[in-house]
Amino acid sequence: MAINWFKYSAPTTFYGLAGKLIPFFAWPAAILFVIGLYIGFFVAPTDAVQSEAYRIMFIHVPSSILSMFIYLIMAGYAALGLIFNTRLSSMMAQALAPTGALFAFISLWTGALWGKPMWGAWWVWDARLTSELILLFLYLGFIALQASIEDPRRADRASALLAIVGSVNVPIIYFSVKWWNTLHQGSSIKFSGTTMHIAMQQAMFSILIACWLYVIAMSLARVRSIILEREANTTWVNGLKEVRS
Amino acid sequence: MNWSEFFAMNGYAFYVWGSYGVAVAVFAVEILMVRHRRKQTLRNLRLMRDEMGESA
Repeated sequence: MAINWFKYSAPTTFYGLAGKLIPFFAWPAAILFVIGLYIGFFVAPTDAVQSEAYRIMFIHVPSSILSMFIYLIMAGYAALGLIFNTRLSSMMAQALAPTGALFAFISLWTGALWGKPMWGAWWVWDARLTSELILLFLYLGFIALQASIEDPRRADRASALLAIVGSVNVPIIYFSVKWWNTLHQGSSIKFSGTTMHIAMQQAMFSILIACWLYVIAMSLARVRSIILEREANTTWVNGLKEVRS
Repeated sequence: MNWSEFFAMNGYAFYVWGSYGVAVAVFAVEILMVRHRRKQTLRNLRLMRDEMGESA
């Protein structure tokens, strides 16, 4: 296979590639999301303990998982940009941050709406919830730091450090339900498997994969704008047909 | 099961639809923001290029 992968690590070529790839992620994301919702609401049975309220799980668990994964990937890209001085990796980190923040927000929001009927409280200062809130603040801090420094390369380096240091929070979120005695229930999906009803699993995994594809589509779309902003006034940008018209 | 029963979610309607409603709204807003940013970026690039062209 004679694919020159390094070719696509250049913003110039990645810009075009990203544009072509977006629909291949966006459409399956939309379709899988609808399928997941259908299974989650019409196929999955009512829960014996939590009645219909448990259906919040199908959006709460995927968005929580993704808020953590996106952070690690963002920190990974930021670290690559810091170590190898590759511009595109830093741009990808910047493109992922807003989506990650939104998933952290959805996780907290749906968690509050699930916690109220089940625990009787919208919010408790428990290890799982607090570490997830810190994750949201880390995303917002990353975005704010990036925006506050004029020189993009300096902004990349400063925010990369924040992202790398902040990544210690992710295992804390994941293991918080084991390490501390928390109100939050244990993991729904464990490495050792799950005891969930098959339709519940199907609904949750469909929405999880849909959200994954959505994240990829959104970050590709966003990184295209970031590339154009940072490469403004270069010949290749001014030569693009969408700029020329 | 009829539709009104379905929407009632056995008394958990507010919590269930409040979760999904906000999640879907967040996705919609994000998609609009990304589109807006692209339009704005392209507009700025054209402006910059035109200014450069005039001064040259």
